Amino acid sequence: MSISEPADLTETHPGQGTPLIEMRDISIAFGGIKAVDGASVDLMPGEVVGLLGHNGAGKSTLIKILSGAYKADAGTIHVDGEEATIASPRDAKRHGIETIYQTLALADNVDAAANIFLGRELLTGWGTLDDATMEAETRKVMGRLNPHFRRFKEPVKALSGGQRQSVAIARAIYFNARVLIMDEPTAALGPAETKQVAELILQLKKQGIGIFLISHDLHDVFDLADRVTVMKNGKVVGTARTADVTQDEVLGMIISGKCPPAAVGGPGALRS
Amino acid sequence: MTETAPAPASPAQEARGLADRLREIEFDPRMIGMVAALAVIWLGFNWLSDGAFLTPRNLWNLWVQTASIAIMACGMVLVIVTRNIDLSVGSMLGFVGMVVGLVQVRVLPELWGLEHPLTWLVSLLLAMVLGGLVGLLQGALIAYLAIPSFIVTLGGLLVWRGAAWWVTQGQTIAPMDSRFRPFGGGVEGAIGTNASWAIGIGLCAVICLGAALIRRRRKRFGFVLRPLWAEIAIAGLGCAAVLAMVMVANAYTLPAGVARRLVEAKGGTWPEGGLSIGHGLAVPVLMALGVGVVITLLANRLRFGRYVFAIGGNPEAAQLSGVKTRKVLTLVFGLMGVLVGISACISTARLNASTNAAGTLDELYVIAAAVIGGTSLAGGVGTISGAMLGALVMQSLQSGMVLIGVDAPLQNIVVGIVLVLAVWLDGLYRKRLG
Repeated sequence: MSISEPADLTETHPGQGTPLIEMRDISIAFGGIKAVDGASVDLMPGEVVGLLGHNGAGKSTLIKILSGAYKADAGTIHVDGEEATIASPRDAKRHGIETIYQTLALADNVDAAANIFLGRELLTGWGTLDDATMEAETRKVMGRLNPHFRRFKEPVKALSGGQRQSVAIARAIYFNARVLIMDEPTAALGPAETKQVAELILQLKKQGIGIFLISHDLHDVFDLADRVTVMKNGKVVGTARTADVTQDEVLGMIISGKCPPAAVGGPGALRS
Repeated sequence: MTETAPAPASPAQEARGLADRLREIEFDPRMIGMVAALAVIWLGFNWLSDGAFLTPRNLWNLWVQTASIAIMACGMVLVIVTRNIDLSVGSMLGFVGMVVGLVQVRVLPELWGLEHPLTWLVSLLLAMVLGGLVGLLQGALIAYLAIPSFIVTLGGLLVWRGAAWWVTQGQTIAPMDSRFRPFGGGVEGAIGTNASWAIGIGLCAVICLGAALIRRRRKRFGFVLRPLWAEIAIAGLGCAAVLAMVMVANAYTLPAGVARRLVEAKGGTWPEGGLSIGHGLAVPVLMALGVGVVITLLANRLRFGRYVFAIGGNPEAAQLSGVKTRKVLTLVFGLMGVLVGISACISTARLNASTNAAGTLDELYVIAAAVIGGTSLAGGVGTISGAMLGALVMQSLQSGMVLIGVDAPLQNIVVGIVLVLAVWLDGLYRKRLG
């Protein structure tokens, strides 16, 4: 592993020191099949880490453990260097870990505000839903993400793909996320919308938010990510800084599990 | 992401524009359809029965007959919204009714004598608690053991009907406590004209105040406001409906003999030419309206209701958002059970007896009321007011057919066809206007 210029280091690793998130030796099995097997990844503040691999490589499962949707069979999660127990989505959110799922995970039959505040509704002094304040806040955050958005009263099923994506992103960033997990964020979007998401990622990165970017498509991720971690058959093939490797080398990691010299090999790397 | 430029509007788009505008002022166009359907049914039967349908007496009885189903339909909306079903409500009503009858007629009199002033209250609370426990049990089986609600409540339909028989080995229990009987309506269950006016005027005040408060709140946040005329028209319609109901209930006079006894009991003298005393609103109708308001608030204004709808829209998304979906689901069935308990009191009091056959087929009427009222069996969509109107539509059809002398088998055929037709029309509407 070679680090060419110190200046480059500060740029891609602004928060050098304690990782925001460190997942160590995570394993989970479903009915005897090890979906994730001894995987370790970490994330620095203000860093974008791409998590790559074929469909079924275990990247979404690994990340669902971090977001509290699954509970790992083995391994530990550290947040800010301290061990954290994440047993439910609520736990993850308490640690500032927000997730934008590939399916968006929106309740289609209720409006944008209800989705953004789902599980964290604002209440009036009477303990009733404060819909007016929630709508006002929704107008603010959506105004930032998608200024043309007008359909605040409609169930989100009536919205376009890009608008739905904005609602899902708004839900993740509204509550001051420190870690953002984006699972295939651009899979359902057109070119213009994909560009918007990329701009948003850079903007959030500047605010010091750590971002896990999950994709099966290398090109989506390579330009945005500071580092990439490649998974294959539930194991980590290796982790590399995008500045140190070529796209072809990463492609080699994804397809054959071959770890280039500039990458740190993992348990899933092809032994030669 | 950009809004499309306005294109020449086709009729479908114009219709959509109108629906959008109605929705923008938070007015559900489907409610208008429901009320129109009800108006057609009422006017139709009135014509066919030579004016016997739209009489104070018939309408008063119609409302009383609707109360039990309407109350259960409120709970069924929430159950169906979460993509579940409860087939056991009729049997549960029979079981709870039997236990209430047994406790009221055989247990409590031994404890504190016949006609104790608290017997009615203990009976009502017991029914609600027992119904709630049965509902929670079924809900827990559905939510925590992941047994489909169709199966759990189909089992419940058999179990609770059997249990209803078991309570007294099939014996009917009668008569009920005299303070309990008003739950069933009838002469003793009418609150009188003055109290009815007081309640009616109170309700009007609540409607107007509520509208004003909501408007002020929306204004403070600078949201789109309904035009003032629409606001006044909607509040005015609500008040008119309430006052019309009071007037009709008050216009239904007590039979002369009953009125005479009433006057003489109060130490008055019965005048020569007689005296007409109105019934006023019926207790079960007021209970149904109260339940409707409470469940509507629960569904629209509390977290619980928000979660119920979110679970119906996307159970996985609700769970990933941190909603405790299993707990919410269990509580929904528990609430359904509490409402069944209230309905059990109404039907037991109305019959003035507990029989193990009480509530037979009620599950189907309750589900039909919810579905006619616009609740989608796919989950996520439904309103309490719609379901209550649905119950009224069903009951209007049935009692209207009785009034014009349609044979019982044909009544069922008509109700069945109307149910299917209503759901088909609702589906068409949804497809066109989404």
